[in-house]
Formats: sequence, C-alpha cells, structure tokens
Amino acid sequence: MSKLNLDQMNDLYADVLKELGNIGAGHATTALSQMLDMRIDMRVPNVKLLTFKELPSVISAEDEPIVGIFLLVESDIAGNMMFVLRLSSAHYLVNRLLGRADDYDEPFDEMDVSALKELGNIITGSYLNALSELTGMRIAASVPYISIDMAGAIMSVPAIEFGKYGDKALLIESEFGDEVMIEGYFILLPELDSYDKILASLGINV
Amino acid sequence: MGNVIKVGMADLQIAKGSDSLITLGLGSCVGVALYDPVSKVGGLLHAMLPDSTQIHQNSNKAKFVDTGLDILISKMVDAGASKSRLKAKLAGGAKMFAFNDNSNLGGIGDRNAEAAKKKLRTLGIRLIAEDTGLNYGRTVELYCENGDYHIRSVGHGVKII
Repeated sequence: MSKLNLDQMNDLYADVLKELGNIGAGHATTALSQMLDMRIDMRVPNVKLLTFKELPSVISAEDEPIVGIFLLVESDIAGNMMFVLRLSSAHYLVNRLLGRADDYDEPFDEMDVSALKELGNIITGSYLNALSELTGMRIAASVPYISIDMAGAIMSVPAIEFGKYGDKALLIESEFGDEVMIEGYFILLPELDSYDKILASLGINV
Repeated sequence: MGNVIKVGMADLQIAKGSDSLITLGLGSCVGVALYDPVSKVGGLLHAMLPDSTQIHQNSNKAKFVDTGLDILISKMVDAGASKSRLKAKLAGGAKMFAFNDNSNLGGIGDRNAEAAKKKLRTLGIRLIAEDTGLNYGRTVELYCENGDYHIRSVGHGVKII
C-alpha cells in the first residue's frame, strides 16, 4: 500500500508534479507545433488538486459537450492518462490539421474523430516520453480511446479512479496556441504505488 | 415552479413538493432516485463506486451505492417519507470509453448499476424504471411533485421514466 495520500499531498509533491506537468506539456506543445507546422507558445501549467464537486465543471458546464482522450499507461508505472479539450478548441485544432477554415464547426465526422485521436496520441505520447526520460522509467501507452460527451460524464471516468484512493483529483491545466490560445487539461492517474515510484526515481523520499 | 436543487458527484440531496433534484452529466456513476408519492419527498444519490467495503478510504458515504442509499433513506424518513412507500428509479452506469468490458475500467458503470439493484432488493424497495448502461452521459432530474425522472442526453433526446 502506498504511503502517499493525495488528500494530504504536501507542497513538495505538488511542486514535483507541477514540474513534471510543465516538462510534459512543454514536450507536447513542441510535438503539436511540428504536427500543425505552426509556432505554438505555452503558458506555465497550473496544477490543481480538486474535490469531486469541483472537478466535473472545471472545464465547462457539466452538461456541455467536451472531448476526452483516454489512454491506459503500462510498463514500469501503471495507470491512466486523459487529455481533455473544449469542443471549440477541438474544432480549431482539427480544422488546422485538415487545412479547413478556422470557423468550420460542423459536427465531427469519422475523419475528424480519427484526427482528434491522432492529436491526442501525439500530445499524450510526447508528455509520457518526457516523463519517461526524466524518471528513467519505461512508460508505454495503449491506443487512444475517445469520447465526445457531457463534461460531467467524461470527468466521471477519472473521478471514479481517483475515488478509489481519496476524495480529490489532480488536474494539470495548460494553455497553448499562437494567435488563438487553447486550453488543454491533462489528468494523470498513476496507481498510487506508481506515484511513489515516480517520486523515488527523482530522489524524493516518500 | 419550485427550487432546483443540485446534486454533485459523490453527493446526495432530498427535496419535497414542487422542488426538483438535478444531476448534470452523469457518466459511469449512477443516479438513484427514490420517491414517496404520498409525502412527495424525493431523494437523489449520485454515487461513484459500488461498494464501500471494498475501498480503504470510505469516509465519504455518498460516494458509494451501499452507504449512500442508507443515508439517503434515513434523511428522507426524517423529512416525512415512509420507507415502505419508497419506489426507485435508476439512471447512469454508462461506459464512456470503449474499453474492454472485462477490464476494471470498462465494467465500472455496469457494476454501479448492479450494486444499486442489489442494494434496493436488500432494502425491499422496488425498482420501477431504469435507463442505464450504453455509452453516453445523462443529465437527470427528479420532480418531487409527481416522481417523474427526466433524462436528457446529447443526441439521444429526452426520456421520462
């Protein structure tokens, strides 16, 4: 059983996880920039520890549709990762990727969904690569799963996973873009033993 | 029109008469609605996990189907409901991502719905309607005036059960 309890996470853990978030999101931004062939800046991400009451509505109203891309993480650490985007941001990125006008906002078709999956794959993949380099651990991800539905319903999936360990969830909010800033949210869900492994690999005693 | 009382994730609330209880964007969690047609007392539980005895950190009772229902019923009885008159309606328990059914993640919605049915049987409360499973989110609202349970979703219309 892990000694770490997320509800009682101290400033040191928060700083470490924030730094991991920062580096991961930095790599993800570079990957996105190459994929879309445009310059993308990123603001320093914000790491938030949220209660279940706050989590479902942090991205948009609970009954508004958002895009969630979910991956299973395995190898040296086990867990899940989710990348979440507002619908408007998802439209913007897909339009860029497929060379459409910025204001095109027809419902996503099969091609759009597969473009979104690919975006999610690249973003989360480069995030996990950064984490892997930093910690020296092998980290592999599954194929991406996607859902476009009410924010509350999508956020219930990571919330339930966090719910097994405590009453809070960890969210990494990052903002990136060029002329239009896009907010993307990473939710890292290592199993608790994996938190210990990550921190230990960085020389931090839990 | 009465008040609309919001029920968050891992939360439960009761209401009476012209008021209603709402949960926005129910996913793999379940929304268990209980109603007493005589006193017009309604209760809504938004539970995340099936069984409090399987989880070490179980102090938040509304997080679990089993302990959440016990507390919901005692609150409703305190507000004037009779336990023997309670009827249940159930929604949620969706599978939001196309994970393998046998995986821990893929099966959680089903396990939540099953746990609710089992607990209701143990309590002797009849489940009179349900809208569970499938792969989409639901916004649910229980009207305490008549016990109607309205279920809205993206692209699947409105259902009243």
